[in-house]
Amino acid sequence: MDYIATIGLETHIQLNTKTKAFCSCKADSWNEPPNSNICPVCTGQPGALPSTNAEMVHKAVLLCHAVHAEINAVSFFDRKIYLYADMPGGYQVTQNGQPIGVGGYLDVEMEDGRVNRVRIDNLHMEEDAGKTRNDNGIRLIDLNRSGVPLVEMVTKPDLHTADEAAAYLIRLRRLVRWIGVSEGNMEKAQLRCDANVSVAPVGSDTSGRKCEIKNINSIDAVRRAITSEIERQIGELKAGRAVDQWTIEWDNDAKELRKMRSKENAVDYRFFREPNLMPVVLSPEQIRDWREELPEMPWARKQRFITDYGLPAYDAGILTAERDLSDYFEETFRFYGEDPKKVSNWMMNELVRLINDSGIAASALKIRPKHLAKIIQMIDGERVTPAVGKELINLVQESGKPPSLIAEERNLIMVSDETAIREICEKIISASPKETAAYRAGKETLLGWFTGQVMRETKGKADAKLAGKILKQMLE
Amino acid sequence: MNREFVRLTAFEQAQLIRTKQISASELLKASLVQMEQVEPLTHAFVTICEKEAKEKARAVDKKIAAGEPVGPLAGVPYSAKDLFCTRGIQTTGGSGILSGWLPPYDAAAIERMNQADAVLIGKTNCDEFGMGGTNENSAFQPCPRNPYDSERVAGGSSGGSAAAVATYEGTVSLGTDTGGSIREPAAFCGVVGLKPTYGRVSRWGTLAFASSMDTVGPITRSVRDAALMMNVLAGFDPRDNVTGRVSVPDYISEMKKEIKGLRVGISPDFLKVAVLASDGSIEDHPIEPEITAAVMRTAEILRSAGAEVITDVPMLNTKYSVPAYFVISRIEAYSNLQRYDGLKYGRPSQNHPVDMYDLFAKSREDGFGHEVKLRILTGLFMSRKDFYEKYYLRAQRARALIRSDYDRIFDPMGDYRLDVLLTPSTPLPAFRFDRKGCDPVLIQYADMFTSPMNFAGLPGISLPAGKTSDGLPIGVQFVGYDYCESKILRAAYIAEQTGTVAEGDCPERCSELDMGQSPFGNSPCL
Repeated sequence: MDYIATIGLETHIQLNTKTKAFCSCKADSWNEPPNSNICPVCTGQPGALPSTNAEMVHKAVLLCHAVHAEINAVSFFDRKIYLYADMPGGYQVTQNGQPIGVGGYLDVEMEDGRVNRVRIDNLHMEEDAGKTRNDNGIRLIDLNRSGVPLVEMVTKPDLHTADEAAAYLIRLRRLVRWIGVSEGNMEKAQLRCDANVSVAPVGSDTSGRKCEIKNINSIDAVRRAITSEIERQIGELKAGRAVDQWTIEWDNDAKELRKMRSKENAVDYRFFREPNLMPVVLSPEQIRDWREELPEMPWARKQRFITDYGLPAYDAGILTAERDLSDYFEETFRFYGEDPKKVSNWMMNELVRLINDSGIAASALKIRPKHLAKIIQMIDGERVTPAVGKELINLVQESGKPPSLIAEERNLIMVSDETAIREICEKIISASPKETAAYRAGKETLLGWFTGQVMRETKGKADAKLAGKILKQMLE
Repeated sequence: MNREFVRLTAFEQAQLIRTKQISASELLKASLVQMEQVEPLTHAFVTICEKEAKEKARAVDKKIAAGEPVGPLAGVPYSAKDLFCTRGIQTTGGSGILSGWLPPYDAAAIERMNQADAVLIGKTNCDEFGMGGTNENSAFQPCPRNPYDSERVAGGSSGGSAAAVATYEGTVSLGTDTGGSIREPAAFCGVVGLKPTYGRVSRWGTLAFASSMDTVGPITRSVRDAALMMNVLAGFDPRDNVTGRVSVPDYISEMKKEIKGLRVGISPDFLKVAVLASDGSIEDHPIEPEITAAVMRTAEILRSAGAEVITDVPMLNTKYSVPAYFVISRIEAYSNLQRYDGLKYGRPSQNHPVDMYDLFAKSREDGFGHEVKLRILTGLFMSRKDFYEKYYLRAQRARALIRSDYDRIFDPMGDYRLDVLLTPSTPLPAFRFDRKGCDPVLIQYADMFTSPMNFAGLPGISLPAGKTSDGLPIGVQFVGYDYCESKILRAAYIAEQTGTVAEGDCPERCSELDMGQSPFGNSPCL
């Protein structure tokens, strides 16, 4: 018998706001000492009160728009009550009854080109808990993360394989980074995921009983955890046993699933309205204005790069991996004004290398699009050689100075004076009797070697074509 | 040292200090002597912060000596209910679980009092986390006594604050009111207590009981002092989301405005108690006739001062207030008390906890008092998912009905067009600790006339309106519409000014009285 799995994902997306959800502590505490970024609100001191961070609402609405969700003009915060040492208020402030966004979808392109539309159930804002670390049997609590704003995005059960789930997450990560609402770094737990998995025989009209896998914190873990849970459930069904409704935890160190609790121990969170916070009220104008802030989506931009600029799909894919890289391309092209494929080549070969080597984002590079355009133009105009062009990219990045200024200061302008090149060629030929003899004996491929010597002598500045022509004349 | 200074109002004291007729340090010294004398009888305080008070008084004196401007409460000694966080000064909320806790920050009301140059002398006793109407539910015993009869309760939950102000232990006090916790003890102790509109005064730094109803307000000996304190306390605070961006008038000049034409309502639904029988039916139960008489007397005073009195204003949903309050306050309280786990602050259990949850359970078992545990359990029960509709949603509907009564009577285009509603503050005067000779039904419904305003979010002021034949203070209440503290202060000021509320019982006259008398046995004002 064949089985089909049904998967729904609940993804927690950490928003990259300046401050926490309900207090004015910094939201980003990465690499900071434990409990160094806390206040009465996010440590649950008696008498402390939350205040809604407007930037959180703004970013949550952007995300809702990006997945075509309907935005509630009025949404509420609720308390989700449970006791844990890293949840200092004794409850989490979240949105239960009337969340910020309802419905919507995310289209996920699979490797085989098929597009899988994953429907969204809802998106709601909530605060993160602190972190618990076990150290030799001692439980250590760090509240730096307590109160960091999250959006939880809940899908409908529209996914059927671990690969589809992974593709969804990759797509979502790209989206949140692209629209600038989250850094989306799974290693820093800025994107985390719970998966609801159930399995039923193909063709049966009821879906199986679902289990929830908690705390999946990487794309790889999503694949492994869901795959092994599907296998486990199929195993149960094949053995004629019913699947029990469990909550399971993914242990990333052991790479295995661990049962947390069964349905009988399900928690009643006793949701009720957070009386200390006013409802989030958005006017139609506000909702519309924020929708207009949304940038062109990466998939749309990729398509545009293919059709408008005639770029190969491969180039368009790389250039639209990050929004600022694609902006960089378009701006460089605007300055340059000619062959977009040439801009693409320079970016993919040289700029992406620079970004990868330095770890600096395209938008933060000192070499700006106008500089890159200028360098390509200088090469086109035979002011510098392509080799010098590559070097100029590094030099502009180091100094921030315009490339033409650097070229002049450092005397990098291409040598295309025939007399000057002829002098250098003579010098090299007379210094290389062995190679000259070999060439004359018929080893014509040595011409390249001679040209290389000329380029070395001139530090790459010589017009290579001209040098080749002169050398050929002189050697023959 | 002239000990009479403690009997002046805050307004008068600040004036004398500003004009250098007395110093803040001298006044503080007189207050400390007064406290030394009466505190063994009142038990109003949990903590007395003499050192910090002396520093503040000296700082105020220094400012005055240097000719620097000082705040409107310059040098006025005041106390704060132990629900207000005070940085570095023990704050317990009347609970054992917070015993010894030194908050890392000041409540907004404390900050504002400090900016007004008032001098904090101590933290007053209260029912644990504000849960109670007698101040008996405190981990810190003996609890406050009624200044008029030490066999009787001071009221609660701000019982320590009301008893302190009545016995001149500090001139004014900060209280909180969730179902009547400022107004009821004020009525029982013969002082003035104002519960502002929900959102008028910041709750930042006030230990939460039921967040949708918690308010912060003054307890004073005169209406003018209440207005003065409201000038200091009222206003928007970005740290408390429910505070309104509503401009703050000068309540003292507002209070003195003409009363002619002011429409004052009286409702028969506030002159009886609606008792919920076990079969769900509601039966009327009479209140103390002397209290009804005091309400009528007050109405007469206002009428002769030029107000229009409208009797027979129906407030039909008042009867739902006590049961609905029971539900909502307990559900909110249960969740607000979740944070007291013995881990982050206060006193963790020393009873050998075996793990985290055991530590939580034992700390709560050891730290919370009986009444608080009862409320947590009922809150827990009523907030169950499958009971949500039965209790919480029904109570919320009752709350909306109660609010609609007030929207109707205060509607400027409606049938009643009231400016203020006049009610008793309580259905009975202060009762005995042993409950002997006191109507048990009225004791159970003691917050019947105060909790509706917490539901509706409206301001109410309780002021002394004479005494019973037993010599116990009676309080009457003026209720106003949202952010209309000015109007209730105006009505209360007239009732107080005319001096006919009760012969010789005007709190403003306290300053003229003989100082040799004990505050007990008889009224401190006689």
